[in-house]
Amino acid sequence: MFKRLPDGDEPPISFEFEGQRIAARPGDSVAAAVLAANPGYTRTTPVTGAPRQPYCLMGICFDCLMEIDGVPNRQACLIEAREGMKVRRQEGAVGLFSE
Amino acid sequence: MSRSCDLAVVGAGPAGIAAACEAREHGLAVLVIDEQHAPGGQIYRDIEKNVRSGDRIGGILGPDYLRGHELVEEFRRSGADYLPGAAVWRADADGALWISREGRTEQIRFRRLILATGAMERPVPMPGWTLPGVMGAGGAQVLLKSSGLVPEGRVVLAGAGPLLLLVAQQLVGAGCTVAAVLETTRIADYLAAAPTLPRALAAPMYLRKGLAMRRRIAAAGVPILGAVEGLRIEGDGRAERVRFRRRGKEADLAADTVLLHQGVVPNVQITRQLDCEHVWDGRQRYWKPVRDEWGNTSIDNIAVAGDGGGIGGAEAAAVSGRLAALEAAHRAGSLSRDERDARAASLRRGLARHLAIRPLLDTLYRPASEVLTPPDDTTIVCRCEEVTAGMLREGVALGATGPNQLKAYLRCGMGPCQGRLCGLVVSEVIAATRGVPVPEIGYYRIRPPIKPITLGELTALEQ
Repeated sequence: MFKRLPDGDEPPISFEFEGQRIAARPGDSVAAAVLAANPGYTRTTPVTGAPRQPYCLMGICFDCLMEIDGVPNRQACLIEAREGMKVRRQEGAVGLFSE
Repeated sequence: MSRSCDLAVVGAGPAGIAAACEAREHGLAVLVIDEQHAPGGQIYRDIEKNVRSGDRIGGILGPDYLRGHELVEEFRRSGADYLPGAAVWRADADGALWISREGRTEQIRFRRLILATGAMERPVPMPGWTLPGVMGAGGAQVLLKSSGLVPEGRVVLAGAGPLLLLVAQQLVGAGCTVAAVLETTRIADYLAAAPTLPRALAAPMYLRKGLAMRRRIAAAGVPILGAVEGLRIEGDGRAERVRFRRRGKEADLAADTVLLHQGVVPNVQITRQLDCEHVWDGRQRYWKPVRDEWGNTSIDNIAVAGDGGGIGGAEAAAVSGRLAALEAAHRAGSLSRDERDARAASLRRGLARHLAIRPLLDTLYRPASEVLTPPDDTTIVCRCEEVTAGMLREGVALGATGPNQLKAYLRCGMGPCQGRLCGLVVSEVIAATRGVPVPEIGYYRIRPPIKPITLGELTALEQ
């Protein structure tokens, strides 16, 4: 659960998380923008399906793995949020072959 | 795709950009490669944005942070080439870096390399630390710096170290509800640190800053409780409360966000992948690459500058970067040995001053034994593969003698983070269980790719 401090006047970026439109500030990482939208969790683990959220926010822990524009296993804390992105939680392990 | 340069620098934090500035002053062609999208590393993250946008976030972060802007400006003016958003996924000792940038891989050939990859937060394993709502204190600070985001609801900070107090102070300044700061630091740690105080007085600004942080947190009505142990986090699908023991009594605090910190450790992923020699620092409980006084590693033409070689803080990192650049300039023939040494002399005096505080910080804020060797067997140590401390101990009992063997038994270290978060703890647990020193146990063998790449990137590479 995060709230924004007021800052600047730059118009927000809009992208989709789990099919819902969410707003981001220019310069947000995808991880930051998704956390600001109170997602509950951003991935589930391959081994036990446990819910996780980003932990280190600097590219070390890999707990921020999400599917961005159809590509899974992306470190959302290292990717800048862009207008129109489609972001989904990463549920469990990623399959090699899509259905 | 490939390019070449005289001097490649990995990392655009204070060490990397200071190295680039210094190298440019002596006429070297420099290429700085960094994973983030703007210079500053973690400590000065997003500083250009925060300085531009006015007082609010900058004021919360404080003057030490804002001062970093000068160095970043110097870097922008230096004429160094700069590749942001580029992840190094492989480094070759014979002079190549492989980077992934915007979905494409590129090879960079270098004559000399300075690695300035900085530090990462030490992992803080405890029951419940993998729950949503728990993150590193440094992680929360990144959200503040980069996105102006602060935790809502009740925040509890737990652990030890200056960053714990700094983040607590910054969140208080941002109007957050900080329920408490739980410090694992004990009276015994203060007593052990007392003899380091005279030396620390050579760097009084750090002492003053530490005391001021405590005062401001206390003035906001936030309790700072010391000698905390038995920390664990509980909740249904997310953090809801923190339990701990203090002075023999059990206690708990409701919390919506729990921020953990037990100091920072060098990020050695690239030096490990290169097979540089590393040494175990028994006092600070981390591995660091073996270096000489110029940052040269055991591999010719590869140097390490800044916290990636041993924790010294941002100011020391900048000096360390400049020293490595002077050596690079000397090796490239731009500076004679005497010129190099003369310029280095005043830098080294400054370095000594900044490092004077380290014995006090390292002794006072030594990592709690509970995060080095988690006593509760249910504690997850390898977050990626969900391997617990109990499973590690069982694996050692079954005959695994070191981390690579334990990795084969249990998959610890085989997840996406490649041991970055579990490596230190796994080595400590094996050592403690077997009753031998950590250096005898060793560390995971790290192999490329050390950052994710796609098959498409590899097949697109021209031979």
